[in-house]
Amino acid sequence: MSATNGATHVGKAMRRKEDPRLITGTGTYVDDMNLTGQLWAAWVRSPEAHAKIVSIDTSAAKARPGVHAVYTHADLDMEAGLPMAWVPPGVEVNTPDHWVLAKDAVKHVGDPVALVIGSDRYGVVDAIEDVIVEYESLPVVTDPEKALEAGSPLVHEQFGTNKVCEWSLGGGDLEAGFAAADVILERRVVNHRTAGAAIEPRAVLAEYRGGKLTVRSSTQVPHFLRLFLSALLGISEEKVRVIAPEVGGGFGSKLQIYAEEIGCAWASRKLGRPVKWVETRSEAMAVTHHGRDQIDYVKVGAKRDGTLTAWHTKIIADIGAYQMLLTPLIPPLSAFVMCGVYNTPAVVTDVISVHTNKFPTDAIRGAGRPEATHLIEVTMDQLADELGIDRLELRRKNFIPPFANGHETPIGVAYDSGNYVGALDKLLTHIDPAEVHREAEQLRGRGIYRGIGFSTYTEICGNAPSRAVGPSGFGLQGGGWESATVRVHASGSVTLYTGTSPHGQGHETGFAQIVADRLGIDPAQVEVIHGDTDTGPFGLDTYGSRSLAVGGEAAARAAKKVADKAKAIVAHHLEADPADIELRDGKFIVRGSPDKGMVLGEVAGAAYVPENLPEGMEPGLDEQSFYDPENFVFPFGAHACVVDVDAETGKISIVRYVAVDDCGPAINPLLIDGQVHGGITHGIGQALFERVHYNEDGQLVTGTFVDYALPTAAELPSYETDRTETPSPVNTLGVKGVGEAGTIAASPTVTNAVIDALRPLGVTYIDMPLSPMRVWEAINEAQKGGVPA
Amino acid sequence: MSSTVPVRLNVNGVEHQLVVEPRLLLVHALRDNLGLTGTHVGCDTSNCGACTVHLDGRPVKSCTVLAVQADGVNVTTIEGMGTEDNLHPLQEAFWNDHGLQCGYCTPGMIMAAAGLLAENPNPTEEEVRHGLEGNLCRCTGYHNIVKAVLDAAKTKGAAVSQQPEVTA
Repeated sequence: MSATNGATHVGKAMRRKEDPRLITGTGTYVDDMNLTGQLWAAWVRSPEAHAKIVSIDTSAAKARPGVHAVYTHADLDMEAGLPMAWVPPGVEVNTPDHWVLAKDAVKHVGDPVALVIGSDRYGVVDAIEDVIVEYESLPVVTDPEKALEAGSPLVHEQFGTNKVCEWSLGGGDLEAGFAAADVILERRVVNHRTAGAAIEPRAVLAEYRGGKLTVRSSTQVPHFLRLFLSALLGISEEKVRVIAPEVGGGFGSKLQIYAEEIGCAWASRKLGRPVKWVETRSEAMAVTHHGRDQIDYVKVGAKRDGTLTAWHTKIIADIGAYQMLLTPLIPPLSAFVMCGVYNTPAVVTDVISVHTNKFPTDAIRGAGRPEATHLIEVTMDQLADELGIDRLELRRKNFIPPFANGHETPIGVAYDSGNYVGALDKLLTHIDPAEVHREAEQLRGRGIYRGIGFSTYTEICGNAPSRAVGPSGFGLQGGGWESATVRVHASGSVTLYTGTSPHGQGHETGFAQIVADRLGIDPAQVEVIHGDTDTGPFGLDTYGSRSLAVGGEAAARAAKKVADKAKAIVAHHLEADPADIELRDGKFIVRGSPDKGMVLGEVAGAAYVPENLPEGMEPGLDEQSFYDPENFVFPFGAHACVVDVDAETGKISIVRYVAVDDCGPAINPLLIDGQVHGGITHGIGQALFERVHYNEDGQLVTGTFVDYALPTAAELPSYETDRTETPSPVNTLGVKGVGEAGTIAASPTVTNAVIDALRPLGVTYIDMPLSPMRVWEAINEAQKGGVPA
Repeated sequence: MSSTVPVRLNVNGVEHQLVVEPRLLLVHALRDNLGLTGTHVGCDTSNCGACTVHLDGRPVKSCTVLAVQADGVNVTTIEGMGTEDNLHPLQEAFWNDHGLQCGYCTPGMIMAAAGLLAENPNPTEEEVRHGLEGNLCRCTGYHNIVKAVLDAAKTKGAAVSQQPEVTA
């Protein structure tokens, strides 16, 4: 029986508790806070992609009025640089030092060389212009394949190679699979570099006072940040407090330990004054981590009837100049889902990570799974074309059949539950491909080429079972559990402290719904506190669509502990057996006697004025849960997109986008739709518009929102969303995760639609981003080959 | 940069006399000098619109306006649109329709939407989408923002084109 005796709030599209402050401009982001005595920080950054630092002259800057200090690497008394948290057993990873301020050499544009601290927001920006740095340029490499060639310039001389590491994951007999194939298809698919591009740039306000360090940061990971601040600055953990207040979006880009966070904290201690830094957008584009940037070589074997027999992928991952927190393990995450939703008997992925003179990559919304899903789903369309089989028939032929409790893939990853055919069938109730193709016939005469694309996907989230990801497993130097404390106040209202740290997802609402149902109160009476390492239990923060499946489950379990204690108290007071107490209509009652009972406020009164508690029971009504999941969770779904391509200009218009996603039972459908909408848009952005582009000299060409094209409302349609609900057996809520699913599904859906549209023109494949120029060139190239229009 | 100039700003119906550097951006005058932190900065290049405020009733990106240029102008910020107890119909619609997630673009988006509805009280979906082209949101995919603006336009007596009545 569920702990709720019938949900009353879970499942409802409740509007958010967070919103009143946000829609009135009274939410508090880091830059909205200022402290007495506060100084400002600005960073002198390298204009060179690769150079020796010959000299740094800080005298003119130091002489400026209002400048308190100018620091270079020589001033730093830190023994270690920025952390990297992946030490995979048995794999050598070439990990260079990554200092808060560059030591001797710069490795990418934007590498920080000096830190200026002054009294005025504008004045420190003036002062950085007065720091004179002499550089001696070194050869630059920006192409990861060229970086692997003999004789390439080396990003880090000491390794003698640009190769960072090689890592493989696979299972099944690949050779036998290819031997059994009638057709072998090979493709090179580029998944280009993108940015998280949260609209709030990063910001840090560090305050060292009375032996205690408090850092307010626009971060997804306050608990991680506290650990590393403590370690790097040598301050005992209990003397470090990190607060992530309102955080204006993350998308993975704020799942990081950044030089600016460590540097501002260090400077605050050095100067005895609060230090604040607010990132400019140009800095955000250059020195907030990027994502993706893989070149994938795929080789697929299939029978003539479409049955997949073998799937091999070689990933060349351009990780940039350094490894940051999770940099080298993002490409391997692709390998975890390289089976997709298909029953391929042999699947092997080889990952080669490469240094180049660019800023590091790391987790960006989806983190490895969008790359894998793009590759799989684009390749499935390529294979269908090659075999002359309908794209959806090819998928159906190879779908893993529906399963409710575990499916072991050949690579050893055990999916939790899935019904891929169910999602596709539901999708097709909303959109008819034949109808779209009939429309396409009619439009063609006007130079408009209409196409439809699909993807059917699964992904891995709910990070993570600690045994699987930890030091002796995947090699992460940490666990994957989550914490929650449910504190019932004397009046019967509740505070939930969660170890997760949201930045727009709506935890305050969804988690309140979960707790409210378990305690018979209204979600309005549940305050959700997050993002402050001094107030809640130790937690592992928010990323990888983990919050609900791990943190929400922890909240449910802590609430259940409270409910169990409440039942014992009620049973004692009503002289009943605790097993006979149930929660009904907001009241703990004796089963069958609904008029006898106590509401939570009465139970809290009894718990805090403990005159009459069961023998041996401690006072109070305050419980904690640390939940370590037994497995990951695996959301899935089926998406379709209809596009029109203007063959004259290459311009693409999205006509329809239809998504069916399955993240288990809905806690709050409003929040799910919101996540799906945003996720899809992120994927569309990569497919059509966004690209972080460095030229051959390592100069960042897309350094502002003028050049880095985020999708606007004008380029997008309204979305059509639906769900199937397949419970996960992993947690008691049955939930999966939905923060990244839309992004993971969208880029191949759009790409396949564009290729479908252009098939009549002879175009068979285009790499993202599908800019008008690229599309126009592809059409012209195909036309040269003599394919009739 | 020690030279300063006096500026008179009328913000949300309240008169302020400031002495500022001529280069001070309006958004920083609002945020740092007046403590009105609901207006945000997202890009520095007037692409994202998080800093949108109204100058004499028209939406303007306050990160590319100098405070001195707003001398004598009536400025309306998100704080002047409504309060938690008395929400503007656009604020109410954004809440009802889940038109925000992280909330960072939201004040600018609401100000831009108010400007749009002032010019075109009954826009089509396409007109809303084009009207909000100058405001970026990374969270919502705009779906629910567009819905909220269309819903607000339908609200009886939405008065979205009106300057708010402010009681100081």
